[in-house]
Amino acid sequence: MPIRILPILFVLAFVAAGLLIPAPPTNTGSDRVKIVSSLPRSGSAKGQTDTIVDGIRLAIDEAGGEVTIKKTGKAYKIEYQDLDDATAAAGQWTAEQETNNANLARLDPDVMVYIGTYNSGAAKISMPILNRAHVLMVSPANTATGLTKPNEGERDEPKRYRPSGEVNYVRVVPTDDLQGRAGAEWAQFMGVNKVYILDDNEVYGKGVADLFEGHARKIGLEILGRESIDAKAQEFGALMTKIKRKDPDMIYFGGTTQTKAGQVAKDLVKVGMKNCKMMAPDGCYEEAMIKSAGADVLEGRFFVTFGGLTPDRLTATAGGKKFVEQYEKKFGKKPSEAYALYGYECARVAIEAIRQADSKDRDAVRRAGIALKDFPGITGVWSFDKNGDTTLQEMSGITVKNGKFEFAKNLEVKQK
Amino acid sequence: MLFAAEAFDWNNLAQQALNGLTLGALFALIALGYTMVYGIVELINFAHGDLFMLGSFLALTIVGFFGLEDPNALASAATWKVILAIVLCFLAVPVFCAGLNLAVDRVVYKPLRNAPKLAPLVSAIGVSFIFMNAGLFWGGPQDVNFPDLIPNLAGTEAPNEPETPAADAAAPAPETKASAKSAALKNLLGDSPIRLTAKDLLILGVTIPLMIALTIFVKATPMGKAMRATAQNPTAARLMGINTDRVISTTFVVGGGLAGFGSVIYALSVNTVSYQMGFQNGLYAFTAAVLGGIGNIPGAVVGGIVIGLVRTLGSAYIGETWTSALIFTVLIIILVFRPSGLLGARTREKV
Repeated sequence: MPIRILPILFVLAFVAAGLLIPAPPTNTGSDRVKIVSSLPRSGSAKGQTDTIVDGIRLAIDEAGGEVTIKKTGKAYKIEYQDLDDATAAAGQWTAEQETNNANLARLDPDVMVYIGTYNSGAAKISMPILNRAHVLMVSPANTATGLTKPNEGERDEPKRYRPSGEVNYVRVVPTDDLQGRAGAEWAQFMGVNKVYILDDNEVYGKGVADLFEGHARKIGLEILGRESIDAKAQEFGALMTKIKRKDPDMIYFGGTTQTKAGQVAKDLVKVGMKNCKMMAPDGCYEEAMIKSAGADVLEGRFFVTFGGLTPDRLTATAGGKKFVEQYEKKFGKKPSEAYALYGYECARVAIEAIRQADSKDRDAVRRAGIALKDFPGITGVWSFDKNGDTTLQEMSGITVKNGKFEFAKNLEVKQK
Repeated sequence: MLFAAEAFDWNNLAQQALNGLTLGALFALIALGYTMVYGIVELINFAHGDLFMLGSFLALTIVGFFGLEDPNALASAATWKVILAIVLCFLAVPVFCAGLNLAVDRVVYKPLRNAPKLAPLVSAIGVSFIFMNAGLFWGGPQDVNFPDLIPNLAGTEAPNEPETPAADAAAPAPETKASAKSAALKNLLGDSPIRLTAKDLLILGVTIPLMIALTIFVKATPMGKAMRATAQNPTAARLMGINTDRVISTTFVVGGGLAGFGSVIYALSVNTVSYQMGFQNGLYAFTAAVLGGIGNIPGAVVGGIVIGLVRTLGSAYIGETWTSALIFTVLIIILVFRPSGLLGARTREKV
């Protein structure tokens, strides 16, 4: 596939290159600070990123649209720019778009904070670019462990994302290592004994599947087999026939809606594995999953782990209830995707970092951002640890009921 | 390696062979379009896979027109409505694909008939892009679920069957909606360990008659004779009074129509349509055509089935990730020993 979309990407790259030609130089003394976000705004993740962007706008509105630097008493207007790191043709984020967005932010002296990315793979591209430029990066959705945690991913991770040697990247969501562990424990709780593990051969999917496998072995689940799928394949009848012979209680799929999770579920039913459950990480926690697999296929069979609170569970906490009310007041609807909260939290972190830095200076904002402690979050008080990860470790177990995602279980995650 | 430890499971082999056969029959239907066009005008019509994709989207639109897109609506839909939708798909989609293929030939390929071979080839790649973007506009960038119409039908055809065996009591989703589905995905071979479902029957039941009809058409009708003559030598055919333009048009119509049938059964059996599906399936089908000997009709069928078998048996005994590599390895090996394909050398005529 990549070969065919290449020409389209070239055209886009040229268009984007046109955008890169420096606009009339804005003097650094301008009276505004800029927050940009880089998220896949076209393609199948649009539903989720719509709510993230709404969350960001809500937080900026609440701050009155400006931030005052106490030192000089000067009020800076907050300007927000919503960048797309996906193309409609690709249907998901592309490396070219993400590079362009990061460069756009780097070259604009008003940009203080970069909210993004949605996909962990995209973060790997923009992190080094923004790190050199000392721009604070706050992610509402990246869960790959290697982005922040040493000894979890590849050998030179996360050093290679920090060419300047400083930390500039923080995230407000719990990471995959928790998801893999929580998933394995949840499976055992549901009475699953035998598991077959599949992954999509991508950074995120393979990573989560590895972590799931490791923990599943530790707690005594039987692993019947492990295989990668070719996400470009159109159907998995043969693979599912093979798996059926081993008679698993559950198939764990490390992957996303975009890497054929829906087709895996469909073929699981098609070959007649009636009693087999399917579990997947949060990459499949989106309406598009139900749309691509068909609600009848997933009903009662499909389980997702998600690093955070679901919209329906949000309202159970006092802060969450207030957030949902305010969101509804501003946008006339309840947040449909859980990521709304994380978009909102990201923007609050961004504004707070600028406020605490007390100057319109990128490096000061970065230092203030990574050092945030005891931050009054929506669902509890949390801090960033030395890697830039949130200390909040809430996980939700979600299933499909009546054609909709529904909260099923609070997943306890014990720290290692 | 995998099966050395345990006793060899013949049932599994038979099951995977059956899976491969049905999948291969699908590839063969698309491959026929490639091979026929090549046989007549020596053009590799790269847009063929994407034509197949557009056909699936039309099927989805027709089904949506009947309001059957939503699984809940489908569960309560009347049987006649489902049958009508399927029949309409089988009528409208092949006509649409045939017409579109004909139009593309008239507008794009015909003016280039005497141009260097590369010109129509590059144009075909261009048409493929146009189709793909049309599909993107039509169906959006994500995979779309195609409602499971067949189980619904089979469920009503066999209402007397006991819904599910006792083991199903422990099923995670003993929903009422699922009952029609379980009845339909039921094994038609009873308790046999080999599963033959209504979907498998549908694929074979549509492709085999189509291939027989095509063979009769090419071997026994005057138009078929004209096609074979044009394939052998267009100039001589023209001198003999054969209207080669009409022959070429007919070839595009027949190839497009077969792709149309292919897209309906693909949608009904795989149940996912996306604007990118034309690429992968087209690639496999094109490989099947080359494998069997491009320009050779039985060759395309044989090639399709070989690829279907390699895909399923490779997944069963070697590994799912390796199947694409395996298919092309088999292609290369066969072409090294038989450069004109499996059946390419044996028959002289190209169609």
